[in-house]
Amino acid sequence: MMEFMEGSHAVAHSVKHCRPEVIAAYPITPQTHIVEALAEMVANCHLDAEYITVESEFSALSACLGASAAGSRVYSATTSQGLALMFEVCFNCAGMRMPVVMSIVNRALGAPLSIWNDQQDSISLRDSGWLQFYAEDNQEAADLHYLAYKVAEDRNVLLPAFVCFDGFILSHTYEPVDMLTQEQADSYLPRYTPVQRLDSTDPISFGLFASPDYYMEFRYQIDQAVKGAAKTIAMAGREFGEMFGRDYSNLVESYRLDDADCAIVAMGSICGTVKDAIDEMRKDGKKVGLLRLRSFRPFPNKEVRSALSGVNCVAVLDKNISLGTKGAVALEVRDALYGQQVPVLDYIIALGGRDVRKKDIRAVVDMAGQGKGDLFHGLRQELVS
Amino acid sequence: MALGLGCSAKPGKAKENRTGSWRTFRPEFLHEKCTKCGLCSLVCPEGCIAEDGEGQPVPDYDYCKGCGICAEECPGQAIEMKKEEK
Amino acid sequence: MTGESCGLFEYGHRACGGCAAAMAARTILDAAGKDTIIVSATGCMEVFSTPYPETAWKVPWIHSLFENNSAVASGIVASLKKQGRKEKVIALGGDGATFDIGILCLSGAFERGHDFVYICYDNEAYMNTGIQRSGATPYDASTTTSPAGKCSTGNRRPKKDLPMILAAHGAPYVATASVAYLPDLKKKVEKAIATEGPCYLQVHAPCCTGWGFEGEKTMTIGKLAIETGLWVNYEMEDGKVTRVKKVVRKPVEVYLKEQRRFRHLFKPKLNETEIAKIQAVADRNAERFGIDIKLKK
Repeated sequence: MMEFMEGSHAVAHSVKHCRPEVIAAYPITPQTHIVEALAEMVANCHLDAEYITVESEFSALSACLGASAAGSRVYSATTSQGLALMFEVCFNCAGMRMPVVMSIVNRALGAPLSIWNDQQDSISLRDSGWLQFYAEDNQEAADLHYLAYKVAEDRNVLLPAFVCFDGFILSHTYEPVDMLTQEQADSYLPRYTPVQRLDSTDPISFGLFASPDYYMEFRYQIDQAVKGAAKTIAMAGREFGEMFGRDYSNLVESYRLDDADCAIVAMGSICGTVKDAIDEMRKDGKKVGLLRLRSFRPFPNKEVRSALSGVNCVAVLDKNISLGTKGAVALEVRDALYGQQVPVLDYIIALGGRDVRKKDIRAVVDMAGQGKGDLFHGLRQELVS
Repeated sequence: MALGLGCSAKPGKAKENRTGSWRTFRPEFLHEKCTKCGLCSLVCPEGCIAEDGEGQPVPDYDYCKGCGICAEECPGQAIEMKKEEK
Repeated sequence: MTGESCGLFEYGHRACGGCAAAMAARTILDAAGKDTIIVSATGCMEVFSTPYPETAWKVPWIHSLFENNSAVASGIVASLKKQGRKEKVIALGGDGATFDIGILCLSGAFERGHDFVYICYDNEAYMNTGIQRSGATPYDASTTTSPAGKCSTGNRRPKKDLPMILAAHGAPYVATASVAYLPDLKKKVEKAIATEGPCYLQVHAPCCTGWGFEGEKTMTIGKLAIETGLWVNYEMEDGKVTRVKKVVRKPVEVYLKEQRRFRHLFKPKLNETEIAKIQAVADRNAERFGIDIKLKK
């Protein structure tokens, strides 16, 4: 049913549909509307879950880990500094193979302190073993939560997953969203059955330490599981499409890319602006297309390579920066295209909520055409010269 | 050999590690002096002192590290620590 | 002979000979029984009992990180409640995990009132990493990061009063115990488990390796700590001290001189000033808890 909803509320409703049994979260802007909405649902018996009002994000994810180990489906949401505080637990959840699902309402990381959007937070956790999905709009942000649980809990995966969507730009924006009903959600996502759990009738030890004789093999298995998740995503995404008409089987989305000379690569809400800019540029005769990454982990290497095989230049929009080198997306796209002659140019944009307009996208495409890139776009030159 | 998911393990596998080889002193139980009070079994950090049918303490030398707490605590001096001869 | 171990803590673990933490683990499991989920913090006990795949635990057990066992326990308690399951949850940590790095999670879990028991085995320093000082290290103890030297007599600060901090959270049952009195420890574990809400037990666990005494003396040292008044075994119910172990007190020297960590107070020459300060700690404990048994003359 189509409803006009704030992004955070759409997400909270789809999380409710997923029937998490334990929720642990700590308030942080701009994640608050989600966890407030869930607390209200619990308070009014619309959601039958244990809601733990923890004293920090660190404990939020730790509590989720414990509840997951005890056999419950769990949920948390955070952003930015909160995610940074969870760093240690993030690696732990993945290493211990706990299928925790967490919304990341993308926000810049300090210093300087900023509550506004970029994707530095989740991208900084790229090595942690969590699956990472990025939504373009509120519809997708809501839908990807069903998908995330389905994939994370799959016996061939058993990994935690981030559902990332841009803070304020999506979280605080009203859009029409086609919400599933509880019955639809239940038919897609069955109740959680853990593969193993803390249970006195079958007393397993979780989280042993591994000597050099074992450590590498455990890390290898996690890597295999992250890579292998691509197949599960394809299946779960296709099933979602068959049931509800929105297909998420592909880890990437191509927009007017077939005959493009120049391809833009981006993730998240900026892709809406990019698509509009592309439509305008097309009218002017410029053959520009977009490759949007919906999944950053697993990284869609094959899909990127095949989608970008015919273009003459690639312009990556990075809402993050690996300080001292480049944006993370560009580095990985370049790796995916290794051996091909196409230049991959990186544009660091929109950090800390800096607005990006259609004319910025046009400027980036122009620069890419001239071979000019690997730079910050949109800087106030008068402040840095 | 399949690894336990997420570095998990079935219970009680520690037993495969026989810590008796650590021992330099060996507790000898003098049954004639033993009052069967059970204190040695209680205080043993390894938990490797069982009781026989008569209530006499029976150490498991495969695991006893020879720490000597049992001998130290025995109220009847019924346990003597002897240098291990291997 | 390789028989069946009768307890829930399997032998073959890698604790030092004479380890108090191992004794504590055995006793705790003996008291708690098999329907217990243990949440261990990183530390000696975790490391010596769980090198993959050789776990010593025969009850469900989990280790996540150094500082989050209380938070992990919160999640487990919530999950069990949601599932209608009845297992008891015990979080275990050394003094570093409990007093220092994990106090945020511990405070949060106690304030929220989860029904679990937190047991700290207190060996008064970071033993797993090589005897560095913690917030539980007593005054003047020499550790590798508070070494006694020409300009120092060891650790400069008194031990943090964590039981009082947790009692102030409204914990219904807070108690101290010692491996020197295992039946008492067992009773306290049983009581903590039977008490609804977050309960805290702090167990004095003399560490032969870290404190510098022979392994067979673990119980002896533990008893001396109590007999000198430097460790007090007591119970607090709803914030009030309800039971205290009384003693005929001995001077603190008899405890201190048995341990390498206090050797600098005796050699090269007797440091009467510092020993008097430690005696004052014991005297304050005695007064505060009323531990002195008055002998008839």
